[in-house]
Amino acid sequence: MVDATSQSIGMRIGARVARRQRMADKGFRLTTQFFAVLVLVLLGGAIVSLTVGALPALRAFGLGFFVDPTWQPPKEIFGGLAPIYGTLVTSVIAMIIAVPVSFGIAIFLTELCPPMLRRPFGIAIELLAGIPSIIYGIWGFLVLGPVLQHTILPFLKATLGQLPGIGFLFSGVIYGQGIFTAGVVLAIMILPFITAITRDVFETVPPLLKESAYGLGATTWEVLWKVVLPYSRAGVVGGVMLGLGRALGETMAVAFVVGSAIKINASLLAPGTTISATIANLANSNPSQLLNSALLALGLALFVITFIVLSLAKLQLMRLQRKAGG
Amino acid sequence: MKLFSRTILRSAVLGAAVALVAGASQAADITGAGATFPYPVYSKWADSYKKETGVGLNYQAIGSGGGINQIKAKTVTFGASDMPLKSEDLDAAGLVQFPMIMGGVVPVVNIPGVEPGKLVLDGDTLAEIYLGEITKWDDAKIKKLNPDLELPSTDIAPAYRADGSGTTFLFTNYLSSVNAKFKDSIGASTSVQWPTGIGGKGNAGVAGAVQQTEGGIGYVEYAYVKQNKLTYTRMVNKDGKTLEPTIKTFQAAAANADWANAKNYYVILTNQPGADSWPITGASFILMYKQPQDAAASATALQFFAWAYAKGAADAESLDYVPMPKAVVDMVHKTWTDNIKGADGKPIWTASK
Repeated sequence: MVDATSQSIGMRIGARVARRQRMADKGFRLTTQFFAVLVLVLLGGAIVSLTVGALPALRAFGLGFFVDPTWQPPKEIFGGLAPIYGTLVTSVIAMIIAVPVSFGIAIFLTELCPPMLRRPFGIAIELLAGIPSIIYGIWGFLVLGPVLQHTILPFLKATLGQLPGIGFLFSGVIYGQGIFTAGVVLAIMILPFITAITRDVFETVPPLLKESAYGLGATTWEVLWKVVLPYSRAGVVGGVMLGLGRALGETMAVAFVVGSAIKINASLLAPGTTISATIANLANSNPSQLLNSALLALGLALFVITFIVLSLAKLQLMRLQRKAGG
Repeated sequence: MKLFSRTILRSAVLGAAVALVAGASQAADITGAGATFPYPVYSKWADSYKKETGVGLNYQAIGSGGGINQIKAKTVTFGASDMPLKSEDLDAAGLVQFPMIMGGVVPVVNIPGVEPGKLVLDGDTLAEIYLGEITKWDDAKIKKLNPDLELPSTDIAPAYRADGSGTTFLFTNYLSSVNAKFKDSIGASTSVQWPTGIGGKGNAGVAGAVQQTEGGIGYVEYAYVKQNKLTYTRMVNKDGKTLEPTIKTFQAAAANADWANAKNYYVILTNQPGADSWPITGASFILMYKQPQDAAASATALQFFAWAYAKGAADAESLDYVPMPKAVVDMVHKTWTDNIKGADGKPIWTASK
């Protein structure tokens, strides 16, 4: 490539440098490519090992495993419905509490908050998101659980629990720990996530649109309901889904406050369990191969549920980005 | 480049040295994992033994099920379990099992106005409470056992172990032996599907759940009751006698054990006959390999166990555990010499040591 007789030394050096740089570029690309592929390999490995581990249980109980509430280690009969039910119900309770509050915070921060306070509030919310989940767990166990046990839960039992039709949801012995308490702790944990995303999404609404609406005499409520929300709907749904994804998989905080009863109780105040709490409680403390396999099958169920939720979230967020880009 | 590789080399050498030092100090310690039930006495023995010999014990009280898992995974020198393994399981894994200590499981309650040792329960009532059939403390069945107590109409809030636990095995084994419905619908194991109540992690989790909830009832190992001054109950035993949980009543139950005729020491001590037998008594077992990979580590562990049999009785009794009788210890010594062998086929433990 380099012709020493006809080209100047400077050019020769230049070509050598260029070649070396090309090599370096190529090496760099291959390295980063390797890292990226590694992620795919890890993901695939996780799916494969979960499935292989879950096979004995799935072979023994079939797909009925996922809809059977029986969990009897002495008889080696396992069904995953109770933990799956607990996972879904605690997450739903968390969403019912967290979504309206998050929206409120996001609306306040983007539309109504004095600019001076915006930063402190924003930082506080981000800090809340950074608290490790074990701290929520121990706080829920030592502080929130007993407080709920002596205040809100008896109140719910005495009021909602007396209503015909839905009374059974708020009945029974009040332990302080249970499905409802777990839902409350989860709500506090996912609140900052939903708030942060919702706020960012609200900020993508062009000021021109909002100001036009105000200019036509719309109230703040009307602007929010008829301009901001429709414009940012996809992103808001995506943010909510991300929060839901986190609520579904949360382990430590829930294991502390859910009451660890592998059973479906009609009452929300009663102890229950979630997939992750069941795995945390039993994974290293049982000699039964079939039980371990059942735990892996539960893990697989959680993986699938979370995967679906997160995919939906990404899809919604992508739709928003396309809209914002175009 | 040169500088770079020299730094790497230096830190590698340093790392290896650190690993060596750490490895050497670890080799001196005995590693074991499993049952929480004997944990208080094992840790007391470990303290005394360390003072005497300088050899420490690293015991992780992760529950009996976990102990069985860990020894099967060969991550520890011995596993500990309150649930004895059946002969076929032992043979399949190449394990030896021997009893180390005996003790009692005791119900604890939280009922306003009821002091420790005042409430009396029998097995059938306890089973019905945990089945969710008796739901109030002023139930006729409980009142009949406690004519002198003023019992409130509080909801009963049962608590149990959320993790796989030998204490749960002893408790459910007892309830299964006194109540047919419990046996059929729930059964006995290190973890079961309770129809009612709340789960807590470890003895502390159960005791915490009981103390937090008015009307609570739970079951924990006796040393834990004593150390934390929990409100324990008395129990009616198989002979119809009402007993306090004490070392005397645990001993009476333990005296019934027919170790000589039990293959691989498979003995369960719940619901034993005898006027003074505490109904929920159990032995805790040690699991070790017949042909351990690390014969030296196993030999060190066996020396510790031999020491505990010979000199640990006072420590055990101070925590209200029942030491193994001399005859059983001799049998265990024979089991060791007959079964636990090194790569050369010779026993790794001899009585002279």
